[in-house]
Amino acid sequence: MAQNTEEIIRVENLTKVFGSGKKAVKAVNKINFSIKRGEIVSLVGQSGSGKTTVTRLILRLLKETEGKIIFEGKDVTNIKSEEKKEYWKKVQAIFQDPYASFNIFSPVKKVLLDTFKLFNSSYSKKEKEKLICETLESVNLRPEEVVDKYPFELSGGQRQRIMIARAHLIRPQLLLADEPTSMIDANLRSGILELLLSLRDTDGCTIMFVTHDLGLAYYVSDRIFIMHEGEIVEEGSANKIITAPEHPYTKQLIKDVPKLSEEWLTS
Amino acid sequence: MTTKKTVLEVNNLKTYYQTRLGEKIKAVHSVSFKLCEGEIFGIAGESGCGKSTLAMSISGLFLPPLKHESGSVFLEGENIFKKDINYLRKEILGKKYSYIPQSAMNALNPTIKIKDFVIDLMKEHEPEMKEKEILELTRDRFESLSLPSRVLDLYPLELSGGMKQRVVVAISTLMNPVVVAADEPTSALDVSTQKMVIKLIKELFDDGIVKSIIFITHELPVLRHICDRIAVMYAGEFVEVGKMEDVIFNPIHPYSQALMQSILVPEEGMKEKKLPCLPGSPPDLRKIPTGCRFADRCPIATEECKKEEVEMTSLGDRSVRCIRINYIMMQGKKVTPYGTKY
Repeated sequence: MAQNTEEIIRVENLTKVFGSGKKAVKAVNKINFSIKRGEIVSLVGQSGSGKTTVTRLILRLLKETEGKIIFEGKDVTNIKSEEKKEYWKKVQAIFQDPYASFNIFSPVKKVLLDTFKLFNSSYSKKEKEKLICETLESVNLRPEEVVDKYPFELSGGQRQRIMIARAHLIRPQLLLADEPTSMIDANLRSGILELLLSLRDTDGCTIMFVTHDLGLAYYVSDRIFIMHEGEIVEEGSANKIITAPEHPYTKQLIKDVPKLSEEWLTS
Repeated sequence: MTTKKTVLEVNNLKTYYQTRLGEKIKAVHSVSFKLCEGEIFGIAGESGCGKSTLAMSISGLFLPPLKHESGSVFLEGENIFKKDINYLRKEILGKKYSYIPQSAMNALNPTIKIKDFVIDLMKEHEPEMKEKEILELTRDRFESLSLPSRVLDLYPLELSGGMKQRVVVAISTLMNPVVVAADEPTSALDVSTQKMVIKLIKELFDDGIVKSIIFITHELPVLRHICDRIAVMYAGEFVEVGKMEDVIFNPIHPYSQALMQSILVPEEGMKEKKLPCLPGSPPDLRKIPTGCRFADRCPIATEECKKEEVEMTSLGDRSVRCIRINYIMMQGKKVTPYGTKY
């Protein structure tokens, strides 16, 4: 795993408050982190800890209340529509529910072709189709089997892999994976995880993996950020977080996850 | 274990869903098992393999489109498929067999307080009981389980997800059922609340309030901590049944092997683990292929496997539904493919 030391994204003092006055909810509270190129970083937290808000903020789908996002050395906090398109060529995301991310009325092929349209690509139709085939193969799907199908005809695992293919078509620098495996079964989950790892190894794609499952996070990532009530309470290498956690919340979290070797219910 | 009383006996149970198009979705196929007193029996499997349908079928209450095809269920010696529906509702459900549903959010009535819900429920079973008695009983039970009894005066929406689930567990076991089927009781909860709910279920068991538990989950690490025996279910069938340690740490059936290999927990050594990749997906339960149901995805399947239905083979205290057990044993019980392309 040759790793660059070059920073791809840095987040400074990022804060998001929903609502105002008495009902204000601080979903994300002054978080700071930086991710290096080619790294896989996991953002781990329980439901409601603000993980998804962070991904939305980085994607610029939400306006921050305070703070800065610096991508490849450039401040992207205040980018406008055209610049956003450029930004999205480099930053892509896959979401938890692969069903909600599809247009249910169009077959897979159209969904993938639309991706090119959105990003003003200059490829010819043939080139596009070739690229689609290659990308589908790279996510272990047989192109001839899936391109003419509608989303509802596909299994959960296939749908999620097509989502990854769609994001991968654009060859992003940074891929935000928001709970990509929480709706699919253990056996298919392995496939998705291996796929994400291979995207990093072959294309050098940087991945931010958002999950509530510490076991998954430990398996895929180089570093782990533990998020609790809108704050990152602890960060460190995956090994350090799992074997020698420091923050009381992290300790509690690790204790509460059922493991194979240790006693769980009595602890 | 041999001297213990059998409380539940399921013999060759087959149930199906009738679709509007007249198709049969065979969700549970030839399931047989015995549950002894004082035993926690885990059922593991992926979504859609028939775990929940099995738990519902055991109750004998077949709500359309679920239908019974063949097989029998004996609960404390009573053949419950021979009883009429009113008897089942009043005397079996809740009293002898209780089902803890997956989403507590939908189990409680959102328009009435928890206490009114409990009163409604108990009146169905014990019409002579007075409201005061019911409330006293409930309060005692809540206190003995260290649940705050003030929740009785609240509406479901005022409770957190974990609290709702614990309330549902407490209510489902109010009448000291013999067998409790807990169907993914923690799937919507985060790890800390999950632990609390499971501790509560274990407490009910340790206190002798419930005699035996069927615990259904797709989360294998949880089964590791509470079960005595485990069944692995695939496409409506049990493919392997055995002691917890054997099935989790030393599985035989190729599917159980793949399933156990895909467990990921935050533990030293997990990072180096190789994850198995099974090709394809489970069969369509409307058109089940002949022969072994796992054959299409199995790394060691032969033509022989697809010829006729595979029966359970007994190996001492474990049984496996596979005709290639000898081959698996020769391979040192390791036949999972790693990192194979789809």
